[in-house]
Order: sequence, then C-alpha cells, then structure tokens
Amino acid sequence: MDAISSFGGTLLTMLRDILPIAAILFGFQLFVLRRPIRNPAAVAAGLFMVLIGLALFLQGLELALFPLGRLMAEQLTAPEFIFGSDGIRQGTWTDYLWVYAFAFSIGFATTVAEPALLAVAIKANDVSAGAISVRGLRVAVALGVAVGVALGTFRIITGTPLHWYIMTGYVIVIVQTAFAPRLIIPLAYDSGGVTTSTVTVPLVAALGLGLAETIPGRSPILDGFGLIAFASLFPIMAVMAYAQIGTWLTRRNRKRQGGETP
Amino acid sequence: MRQAFESLRESALALLPIVLVVAFFELVVLRQPIPNLARILAGAFMVMIGLALFVRGLQLALFPIGEEMAGDFVRRGSLWWLLLFAFTLGFGTTVAEPALIAIADEAAGVAARGDVIPNTQNAEQLYALGLRLTVALSVGVALLVGVFRIIKGWPVQYLIIGGYAGVVLMTFFAPPEIIGIAYDSGGVTTSTVTVPLVAALGVGLASTIRGRNPMIDGFGLIAFASLTPMMFVMAYGIAIEALT
Repeated sequence: MDAISSFGGTLLTMLRDILPIAAILFGFQLFVLRRPIRNPAAVAAGLFMVLIGLALFLQGLELALFPLGRLMAEQLTAPEFIFGSDGIRQGTWTDYLWVYAFAFSIGFATTVAEPALLAVAIKANDVSAGAISVRGLRVAVALGVAVGVALGTFRIITGTPLHWYIMTGYVIVIVQTAFAPRLIIPLAYDSGGVTTSTVTVPLVAALGLGLAETIPGRSPILDGFGLIAFASLFPIMAVMAYAQIGTWLTRRNRKRQGGETP
Repeated sequence: MRQAFESLRESALALLPIVLVVAFFELVVLRQPIPNLARILAGAFMVMIGLALFVRGLQLALFPIGEEMAGDFVRRGSLWWLLLFAFTLGFGTTVAEPALIAIADEAAGVAARGDVIPNTQNAEQLYALGLRLTVALSVGVALLVGVFRIIKGWPVQYLIIGGYAGVVLMTFFAPPEIIGIAYDSGGVTTSTVTVPLVAALGVGLASTIRGRNPMIDGFGLIAFASLTPMMFVMAYGIAIEALT
C-alpha cells in the first residue's frame, strides 16, 4: 500500500514536470504552426511511456539504491570511519582513500544509468550514422564525471577555492577545443549539461554534504556545493579526449597499414 | 518482442555498475550485510522496466515531436515565432523544476545567514523566487541564443568560450557565497524530459536548414542552457548586493 501511494506521488511529480512542456509544445503546434499533430496515437502512447517509465525508474531507485547509497556516503565520510579511534584531526589525504574510491566509482556508475545521457547518446548515434557508439559515449562521459567528482571531493578535503579548479578546467577545455575533431565539439559541450540529473545529483550531493560536515573547518554551506560543477565540467574534456584518442588510433593504424603495403 | 528483450538487456547493463559499486562498498569496505535484498531486487527490476519504457517513449514521442516542430518552423519561415518558442520552452520547463526550487531555497538560507538579505521568512522567499526566475530566464535566453546560432551557423565554441570568459570575469566581482551555487546551477537546469526534446529540436533545425550539418550545428543547445545560469546567478548576486 505504501509503495503504491509513493509511486502515485512520483507519478504526480512527473506529471507536473511534463504538463508545462506538453502545453508549450501543443500550444505552439496548434495555434502558431496551425498543424494537426501527426500520429497522435503514437505521440500519446510515447508520452505516456516516458511518464510511466521515468516514474518507475525513480521509484525503483528510491526503493533500492538511493537509501543505501546515501547511507553509504554518510558512513564513508563519518569521522569514525575515516579517522578510526584516533579521534577527529586534520588528517592527511591518505585517510580519505576510500572516499576518493567511492566518489570515483559512484560518479561513474550513476552516470552510466542517467536517462538524459542515454537519450543524447542515442541521438548522437543516429546523427553520426553509427560513428559514435551509444556505449562508447556514455562510458567516456561517465569517466569524466568519475574524475570530476573525485577531484571535487579532494577540493572539499583540502579546502581550496572552487573557482581555481573550474578556471583551470576551462583553460584545458579551450586548448582541447583547438585540437579536437570539429564534429565532436558541440556534442562534447552538450555532454557537460546532461550528466547531472536524476541519478547523479542525489548521491553526489549527499557525499559532498557528508564530507563537508565531517572535516574540521569546512562549512556544509560553503564547501558542500561545487561537486555538481565538477561533474558538469569534466565530461567535456573526457568526450573530446575520447574523440582525440579515436582519431589518433585510426591514424596510427592507417600509417601502419600504409607501411606494410608497399 | 526481440526488440523489447534487447532494450531490457540494455537497461540491465546500465544499472549493473551502480549495483556492483554499492555491493562492493557495503560488503568489502564497510563490512555490513546488504539489508532488505528482496526490496533491492524489486527496485532494480522497476528501474530496468522504467528505463526501457523511457527509451521507447523517446523514440515514439519526444524525438519525433522535436524534429517535426523544428521542420515546421523552418518551412513556415517565421524566425520570430521560432525564437519565441525556444525562449518559452527554456523558461517554462525550468521555472517549475524541483531541483532548482530546492537549490533556490537553500541559497536563500545562505544569503540570510550571511546578512546579505534581512533574516526574515518574507525576504528569504522573495530572494528564492527571484533566483528561480533568474535561472529560468537564463535558460530561456540560452535556447533563444542557441537556436539563433543554429540558424546563422556560427561555431558553438566561440560563443561558449566567450561565455567562459564572462563566467571567470564575473567570479571576481560576485559575492563569495553565491559562487558555489552559481557554478552548480548550470548542472541542475536541464531535466530528463527537456534534454531529449531540446536535442531533437537542434538536430531537426540543423537538418532542415540548408547548409547546416546536424552534427556540428545541431548539438550545442544544452551547452548554452548549462552556461547562462552561471552568469545570470552571479549577476543576481551582484545586483542584490548592490541594492542592499
């Protein structure tokens, strides 16, 4: 009974999410473009599937993984786990090895499951006629988020200012942009924005807040923020690197083949 | 039938890493048993079915709607309506976004404790509402500029790098307590329903307008939507500071 009523709640939230979008779409379609909706049955069925699908998805996560993941983030950042019986102290970075490992792997794992990223990967695969693989793009983005979140926890632990990291990241992105294949650049920029939605944000935010509460001298308000910024910057670099490595490998293979056949 | 099975397999694969990570840290690092295994299995099953349905729904509804509307706008040749549509879509989908509402409330609390605004509930609510409208406005502007770029065929990197320069410059003038929130706000604006729609809109525009490449010109809208909120939120912080 409880599960059903909370599923109803999720469904209602999703409906509230979709209704304004549907109103804008159909409003413009009917009053500005003055065209009937093509395939209304398929569109209605599709919207219904998106609605039910996302509600099931979120409810399933809430049932199974979010509570455990959040609890885990709290336990791994709790002083007793990090400092053992020595009591709270400033600590060196080696005290936090499991925190970094968790940040990296939870960043990777939640991004792979992110529905918005899946949607963009499917579209990119379509548009590139299969040259960009759905799985390859998702893994590249997920690696980017993993490195980003791990570095973000390092920042919280060391207490260094957020903007220096982000600015350095920008410089790297700009340099990569100059050398990356032109076709990948817009997609790489887009992948920064799609990584952080339904799955990643709740777990990553719990990690950041837990960490900022545990470490002496950090304020959850000032230092707890910023992990999401890392998680949206690093995928840009990762996707460009993925394309650069791909081009480099093809070029090397071609060169090698060219060398073998006289 | 085969297709349904295939998409279920794909969703299971998407979920696998989270399950592995959680199991590893629970069993090996924290050395605790996994509580409520039946519940977890039921939840995982729901996630799989949900993701498979979502992907099918994308292909039936969100992708075709986005692309067909883009095509219709181009064929009607009404630039102003298209730009208005882009702005409305960005503003309308962001203003009610739950993640944004949560961040705005939190930011209002931060501002009140930092004595930027009076420590009353009224002032906090007003601050949060102003922040929400600011972010929604920024996403509207982002889609408007992004669509205009596709029509003109400007390379996305000049605009984005220009935007980065703006963000860096503003960071030096913005009040410190708004910076973290501003940087994070770029990530929370694009919801799971908006992203596929916006991607399809961009690709649809770039495939209909002659001389545009869907790969080079079609993508990039989401990038704008995660850049402008940072600038607008810092501007909001600067403006509030100047006013009080």
